[in-house]
Amino acid sequence: MGIDSIKSYMSELLKKGQREDGRKIFDYRKIEVEVNPLARACGSARVRIGETEVLVGVKMDVTKPYPDSPDDGTLMVNAELIPLANPDFEPGPPSPQSVELARVVDRGIRESGAIDTAKLCITPKEKVWTVFIDIYPMNDDGNLLDAAALGAIVALKHAYIPKYDEKEEKVLYKELTKEKLPLTCLPVMTTFGKLDGNVFLDASRREEKSYDGRLSIATLENGAISAMQKGEAGTFTEKEVFELLGTAIEKGKELRGLIKKV
Amino acid sequence: MGGKFGAPDKMIIGGKRLDGRKPDELRPITIKAGVIPSADGSAEITQGETKIVVAVYGPREVFPKHMSMADRACVECRYDMASFSTPERSRPGMSRRSTEISKIMAEALMPAIYLEKYPKTKIDIYVEVTNANAGTRCAAITAASVALADAGIEMRDMVVAVASGKVDGKLVLDMFEIEDNFGSADLPLAYMLRKGEITLLQMDGELTKEEIQELVEMNIEACKKIYAMQKKALQDKYSVEKKAMPDAGEENGN
Amino acid sequence: MEKVFVNDKDIVIPGEPLAEGFDFLPAGKAFREDEKIFASTIGLVYVKGRVIKVIPLAGKYMPKRGDIVIGKVTNIGHSGWTLDIDCPYLADLNIGEASSEYIDLRKASMNQFFDIGDYALTEVTAISEGMFVKLTAKYRPYRRLVGGTIIKVSPTKIPRIIGKAGSMIKMLKDHSNCDITVGQNGLIWIKGDAEKQALVSRIIKVIEKESHLPGLTDKIKHMLEGGK
Repeated sequence: MGIDSIKSYMSELLKKGQREDGRKIFDYRKIEVEVNPLARACGSARVRIGETEVLVGVKMDVTKPYPDSPDDGTLMVNAELIPLANPDFEPGPPSPQSVELARVVDRGIRESGAIDTAKLCITPKEKVWTVFIDIYPMNDDGNLLDAAALGAIVALKHAYIPKYDEKEEKVLYKELTKEKLPLTCLPVMTTFGKLDGNVFLDASRREEKSYDGRLSIATLENGAISAMQKGEAGTFTEKEVFELLGTAIEKGKELRGLIKKV
Repeated sequence: MGGKFGAPDKMIIGGKRLDGRKPDELRPITIKAGVIPSADGSAEITQGETKIVVAVYGPREVFPKHMSMADRACVECRYDMASFSTPERSRPGMSRRSTEISKIMAEALMPAIYLEKYPKTKIDIYVEVTNANAGTRCAAITAASVALADAGIEMRDMVVAVASGKVDGKLVLDMFEIEDNFGSADLPLAYMLRKGEITLLQMDGELTKEEIQELVEMNIEACKKIYAMQKKALQDKYSVEKKAMPDAGEENGN
Repeated sequence: MEKVFVNDKDIVIPGEPLAEGFDFLPAGKAFREDEKIFASTIGLVYVKGRVIKVIPLAGKYMPKRGDIVIGKVTNIGHSGWTLDIDCPYLADLNIGEASSEYIDLRKASMNQFFDIGDYALTEVTAISEGMFVKLTAKYRPYRRLVGGTIIKVSPTKIPRIIGKAGSMIKMLKDHSNCDITVGQNGLIWIKGDAEKQALVSRIIKVIEKESHLPGLTDKIKHMLEGGK
């Protein structure tokens, strides 16, 4: 195979601490967050990172609890990589990429205990609230993971629980109570890319086409890490991982600041 | 369809509908062209509470190759409802309803496209309903036309679409959710204004021949208004481009 | 009944009536149906005397004979290479069209000339009935493009990026010291210092997005001088 000249040029830029679009290696592109754009969701968000755009909707329903956690509400995260958002996405059953996206976002939220699932119990062993988080990218210009994770937390933060008619045992989907979905903390995800030994943050789609690997790290306000995921076929050294954990915590603070403002 | 559980007592009170409209009044409509940078063409429409985004990719290579047609483009539409678009969460993915709508949508748009100018290619139309409040297939067709134009695909005409129906015995235009759920008939129609050609026609419910004629005419009248909005959406996006074109059209040598 | 329904430089949409009367001549993306002339794409209509011409404002690149295009090699076959020229059809570069010298496959292998992933500057020589696009790289300036970076813009913006009599592209080349080669299919090759390549890429994207805004030339000069 010929030398990938675009990749070597990106590598040269990165060695100088620069990116194609003028950013520095650990800069995010411009982030915009819109709260509750979806009228029928319990809570929702539209997140833009550069030209990447993701819609996240939180819906709730009453279901039976899982047998191993009879007093807890449940969480289900789903991502639909619709072909609308990227010429390379194909319609059909969930691809490994969409399943990974959903599960990584899920892990960051679930493992941090962000949702107080005990408060989502209606009748132990019989009825609990299930929280559905649905992720729909509208335009993929790279780093869907961070946009999706950010959208999920903002949607959860602004979500209200629907009315439940105990007598009729029916959820009144069109009516929300004044009770907020119980959120205890704000986990945020930061995804780094690695190209030819150079590490950077928030890859654009062009950078994703050339990079070797990525590492996503979900962090909490107290500096704890709630999830990690290495993706693509590249590798990271121990030193890189530890350095990135520190950078992730710093960057996490920036994102959390944004969430608190909306 | 009438007398269903949960139906309001009256849907037309003092000549006005439950959302304040007159029987032949459209919901407020906004259309924006070029909303998805990755797509070759795109458009977003809001019609009342209904919100839909459409992306067009193509003309592009056909996969699998055996689907390719030697003398023209093939067109495929995928109409999808986001799980958060309905009051109760819908299961993601295609349902029988969305499969049918995808087919008839493609068939509503194909007559407008100069398919023979793009042999051996495919045009994909992707529709995502982000909020469903009735009239989605028609709003989607209206937006898809704008998206196809935005993609620079050659067409004979724009396709415009709207639905009307019967509620409390009265014929009404552009029903919203309650009217759609508890009304007694629904008639969506897609139309090419230039030569007066109907490209989509469906009917569900019970109507007399005369009522159908009245509804079709009402739809066509409304399509004229919606066409003006399609035109404005495209002009709004491209008027910015126009200001910078080199003075002589001859320079471009097209 | 002779009548023109639009003004010179109006934006027109598909199916829009432009003029009525048999004396008018449709050009570009305008077509005649009986007495009337209509637009077939979103475009700008130019009314010059009897000629009603529509220049498209959007659309994928559709290859034409004589077009100079940049393509990416995606396959090496027995007798040539397949290139992706970012249009709905694949393009072929036959081994006989690859170089002005005779290529002896006993002494050289094909990937020494063009390898998978390489970009090449070529010319469209023919398009067959079955939409097979034929390319040539036989004579100067056609060749493999080594190093640099490739960016993609809408083909309809290419005239604007080149500028009146090439003025815009000349300014970019002079200030950045980069080689800049523009393909009519919307692919642009930029080669120079890595930072300058990135700067020129950004500037071209600005031209693509903001060409309608006043003071663009000044803004670009500022970007070139400031290195941002």
